[in-house]
Parts: sequence; structure tokens; C-alpha cells
Amino acid sequence: MKVLLVDDSRTMRNIWKKVITTINNSEAVEAGDGLEGLKAVKEQGPFHLMLVDWNMPNMDGLTMVKKVRETNKTTPIIMVTTEAEKPRIIEAIKAGVNNYVVKPFTPETLLEKIDETLKKVPQPA
Amino acid sequence: MASDLSGNVNPTLIKAFVKSTKNVFNTMVGIEIELGKPDIKIDPTPSYDVSGIVGFSGDVAGSVVVSFCNDTAVSLVESFCGEKLRSDSEDFVDAIGELCNMIAGNAKKEFGLTANIGIPTVIIGHNHTVARLRDVPCITIPCSCTAGHFAVEINIKQVIFAAV
Repeated sequence: MKVLLVDDSRTMRNIWKKVITTINNSEAVEAGDGLEGLKAVKEQGPFHLMLVDWNMPNMDGLTMVKKVRETNKTTPIIMVTTEAEKPRIIEAIKAGVNNYVVKPFTPETLLEKIDETLKKVPQPA
Repeated sequence: MASDLSGNVNPTLIKAFVKSTKNVFNTMVGIEIELGKPDIKIDPTPSYDVSGIVGFSGDVAGSVVVSFCNDTAVSLVESFCGEKLRSDSEDFVDAIGELCNMIAGNAKKEFGLTANIGIPTVIIGHNHTVARLRDVPCITIPCSCTAGHFAVEINIKQVIFAAV
């Protein structure tokens, strides 16, 4: 499973990566903001899953998700963010996010959300 | 410490940071934090040498500073990242910034207001100062844990928009 991790914090990407590597045959590709994320989608895709932070410099995660969804309606996207207010969660879901994890989180919570998301969304071959 | 600005403190905003600080360190670092009695801080110099700063905008203006004793910061970052990092490394700065980002973001959801947080800034060094809002006091919450001491310094206010 090829997973795109988009967060401006390398610390957070490392934490996500540790969780991802517990899943069999997983490979993580990292991006430091929404612009790098879009570049990775174009040059290193397709991905089976994307984890995207909201608040990032250059291009935020919500904008990135909207741009991804212009051409790709199927790849599951989980937003992992400190933005926890209900209107923000609704905004993210309207933009095309499949699931939502609020920071702080435990590795178990993130793994559960990944599992839940992958079960709901049909995967590419 | 008495201050003629103490009446401007919104307890809801302060309580949100108490809850958030405990939650972030407990969940992400695996450490229980003891919080002391909040007090008004006059000195513009943060309590310790490693400071993470996050600004607020929208219905809330101002900033929160999480200021760590250097050894405490090194120890907490080691627990957070799973590896020991030097305090002059980029990854150390990133980890402190992310902890502060989570404290600010987690507190924001408790405000019951529409607020935004900025990208965190980290300052390391002796006697640095942080610009503050002048019309609200800075409230400091002393914190301690097995890793040592730090403080959460809150200088924020609810913005009242005039009717047009």
C-alpha cells in the first residue's frame, strides 16, 4: 500500500510513518505542504491513501484536497489536524475528505481510522 | 500578583489551555502534567529558554507561548519523537513547534468561537522577549512533570466586533 503523508511537521510525518509501517507491505511518500503534496500525486501516484494536515504554509491541506478531488474522486483521504470544530470538519468532508483525525491522537486511534477508511473505500488494483 | 487588567481575563479561554496542555502531553508524549495556579505575568521575557509561540486570529486575538526549561524540552522531545535530539537541531525545533500547535489547536475547540491559529514559531535563547497585547494581561500557568518544568503563557482576548 502506497501512502502519501502531507504535513509541514517532520515530527508528525515520522509519527504517521511509524503507524503506517505497522501495516503489511506499506510504503510512505512524504510531502511538507499542499504544493509538494500535489506534486507527489502527479509524479509518484497513484496512492492507496493520503494523510493530510490542514494548517500548512504555501498551500493548506483543505486547498490540496479540493485540487486532488478535481481529478481524483476515489483515493481515500484522511485529514489529520488540530482543527476540531464541527464547521471545520463539515468543510473538510464537503471538500472530499473521507475521514478525520483530531490531533492529539494515539497511534491506535490513527490505525483504527485508517482501517475504517480503507474498508469503506474501494481500493485500486 | 495584582493588576488592574485582571478583570479582562476570560476564564473560559484559560481553562481551555489547562485541559489542552494535559491532553496533548498525556496523549502524544505519554507524560502526566501537574499544573500550578495561574498567575499574571508582567515580565515580557518568557519563563524559560525554549519557547514555542502560536498566534490567534478571528474571534480571538493574541498568542500563547509554551516556554520550556532547555533540559525539560530535550527530555519531552525525546519522549515525543522516540529519539534524543539536540536543542540546536531543526527536528527539535519542529517537535517543539508541533507540541505548541497541538496545545493551541486543542484549546481553540473549547473556546466556542470562530478562531484561527497561525503556524508555530520557536525561539531558543536566553532572555528573549515576546510582544504582547497591552489591553489584556498575560496569564502564566506553571507546569511540571517528570521531565522538569515549563510554563504556558496565555495573552489572548475575545475580539468584540462593533455592529455596522
